[in-house]
Amino acid sequence: MLMKVENPNGDPMEIAGVPFNSRLMLGTAGYPNRQVMLDAIEAGGAEIVTVSIRRISLESYAESMTDVLKGKHLLPNTSGCATARDAVLTAQLAREALETNWVKLEVIGDRETLYPDVEELLKAAEELVKDGFIVLPYANDDPVTCRKLADVGCAAVMPMGSFIGSGLGVANPAAMARIVAEATVPIICDAGLGTASDAAVAMELGCDGVLLNTAVAKALDPVRMARAMGLAVQSGREARLAGRIPKLERAEPSSPQLGLIGG
Amino acid sequence: MTQALTINGENRETAAETVADLLKEENVPLEAKGVAVALNGSVVRRADWSATPLHAGDSIEIVKPFSGG
Repeated sequence: MLMKVENPNGDPMEIAGVPFNSRLMLGTAGYPNRQVMLDAIEAGGAEIVTVSIRRISLESYAESMTDVLKGKHLLPNTSGCATARDAVLTAQLAREALETNWVKLEVIGDRETLYPDVEELLKAAEELVKDGFIVLPYANDDPVTCRKLADVGCAAVMPMGSFIGSGLGVANPAAMARIVAEATVPIICDAGLGTASDAAVAMELGCDGVLLNTAVAKALDPVRMARAMGLAVQSGREARLAGRIPKLERAEPSSPQLGLIGG
Repeated sequence: MTQALTINGENRETAAETVADLLKEENVPLEAKGVAVALNGSVVRRADWSATPLHAGDSIEIVKPFSGG
């Protein structure tokens, strides 16, 4: 059994006034089996985990995710919704089903790219905030959209690193850095991360946390990858706080230049 | 007497007169955690399931949490 990632105590991520020691949020879909999912969540040290809301199968009633994920902070999503109306109803059903007013708001405008429909997303966000929800929207990596989402009262904004499930990493680091620089709420890099260095990059750019699923669930060894992601998130966070050196386009010797032999 | 409803997108005939009746008929335990119901686009709170009547043509959604990203 791998060691689990221990989260630091002194540097919590706060969303809507709630402190979380882990800055890694994990999805629960696509693992080889339920035990691997639970072991991965444990190994990565994730506190917030996402779930979807779907029609029950009328043929059978299976064990509920609420029992399986007991003790975790459940974040229901509105995945698959294409209109503000469907997303709002899904969020309201999630609130009733899970007794939480937290929601990961997704309103998808295009099945090929899974890009958000910004117009519907903003509409749904505004409506849900008014209805008392803690709204965490999955957004484009666009500083304007992210600002507008924060302005309507979202508790955090979750710009995509790149296409959902693509593993391409942070496709536009400059845009992500701008989003962070202008942010008035926590920024969570959601979607597109492929491996540990991608998570570290997102954190080094100043994101407050990352949310990922496929990179862990579909890795050859999901439990080990979850641990790698947990460590990378901590590493990236530390590097961000430490303050990196500027990039130069020439060499800068690190050894003293005085007292050289033969000088 | 039965009436025609749309249940999770399927057209069905049911003898159920309330939301609670319907859940029983569909073998969803009423005490089951994580179940939520919407009737014609509005959530019906669990406490109101047995007092909420069904009418012909109603559209009902019965959902629960699944794995998700």
